Amino acid sequence: MDLDVARHRITSIIGPSGCGKSTLLRCFNRMNDLIPSARVEGQVLFDGLDLYGHDVDPTEIRYEIGMVFQRPNPFPKSIYDNVAFGPRINGFQGDIDEIVEKSLVRAALWDEVKDRLKSSALSLSGGQQQRLCIARALAVEPRVILMDEPCSALDPIATLAIEELMRELSEDYSIIIVTHNMQQAARVSHYTAFLMVEETRVGFLVEFGESRQLFTNPEDERTEAYITGRFG
Amino acid sequence: MVRADFDRSLEELQGDLVGLGEMVEKAILKSMDAFERRDLTGAYEVITEDDQINEKRFELEEKCIDLIATQQPLAVDLRTLLAVLHIAVELERMGDYAEGIGKICMIIGDDESVPTPLQLPRMAEKGVAMLRGSLKSLVERDKDLANDVWDSDDEVDSLYDEVCHQIFLDMGENPKVIEASTHFLWVAHDLERIADRATNIAERVIFMVTGKVGRYTPPNKVDGV
Repeated sequence: MDLDVARHRITSIIGPSGCGKSTLLRCFNRMNDLIPSARVEGQVLFDGLDLYGHDVDPTEIRYEIGMVFQRPNPFPKSIYDNVAFGPRINGFQGDIDEIVEKSLVRAALWDEVKDRLKSSALSLSGGQQQRLCIARALAVEPRVILMDEPCSALDPIATLAIEELMRELSEDYSIIIVTHNMQQAARVSHYTAFLMVEETRVGFLVEFGESRQLFTNPEDERTEAYITGRFG
Repeated sequence: MVRADFDRSLEELQGDLVGLGEMVEKAILKSMDAFERRDLTGAYEVITEDDQINEKRFELEEKCIDLIATQQPLAVDLRTLLAVLHIAVELERMGDYAEGIGKICMIIGDDESVPTPLQLPRMAEKGVAMLRGSLKSLVERDKDLANDVWDSDDEVDSLYDEVCHQIFLDMGENPKVIEASTHFLWVAHDLERIADRATNIAERVIFMVTGKVGRYTPPNKVDGV
């Protein structure tokens, strides 16, 4: 597969279950390294740097390329401590209060939590928890944010709030999102990659392009079949 | 704000549609001006500029299709996009009528021997007013104004009947004017259709605002209120 992820744009990865969407996403910040049987072929270039090069520290990469997961997973700590966690373990010496506020503002959560920063993060609603996780990811100032089904545990209104936030964040960050929800990919992303699985091979790229093009006039008939629900 | 991005796209789309309406209005006025003054240069410009109107219509359609495909609009958003699709076609057809008047000008040439029936500029004036009103009702989501536009069509129809009657009389009285009068009939037809299209736009606005097709019927008012 050969795929260009555009800077300061949202790229969606869609495809049927088991086609390797999440595996592909996890390639971008070497999360697959944590799977013992994983092996690597090819290159993932980030501003020209091969992320799988011998001298590359995966932990460093994860500061640059943050991740938000399917279920909101705040630490059982206060709202403040959740956001401050990354900078603290990073040895950040500056004004932590400022970073916490800035990150919560950017994640569109500040107004809702500014008067209860010391409350438990677990007291927040699901949608708020997910925005807190986004704030936590932003606190270490990444350049790329990976999102693995970030709205699948949220109700429709919280989902739309996250989608709106993603559009705002895309002005300053590059975002890659894996979603089962094709409508979400269409609504939110600038570019979409469609992956497929067959009996003999898994996780191959069928089509990649601008979302408006892919969802109105796809080039490949397999993409057409998938997005119109005539697949399989 | 949730869906702020989509709302911005809808606003832009409406702005584009109003822009198309302004292009069409200009084309109608220019074609009638050229017709009345037997100005072949102006008429030729209306004919060539129609391509821009056609392009704008397809551009709007494409934007509507993109938004329908990517934003899954429902309720008033869906009605708005469907209304914009319809209205863009109506406007483009109105542009074609203006182009038609331009073509008639080219056929008539600079012959001013047969005077233009007075009803024709009045029909054009009313048609343009209906076009403006219909787009204003769209922007302001004003179903009462849309009703007013709808009602105005009767005035244009009356003028059309009147001018046709007069043209037929003229033809009967003086066979020398038959050729010019036939062209006048076509101009009258184009102007009558322009008003019909403006009525269609008003109908779409009512659908967009109320979800119902047809003239808007206000709820019965309570006596004395």
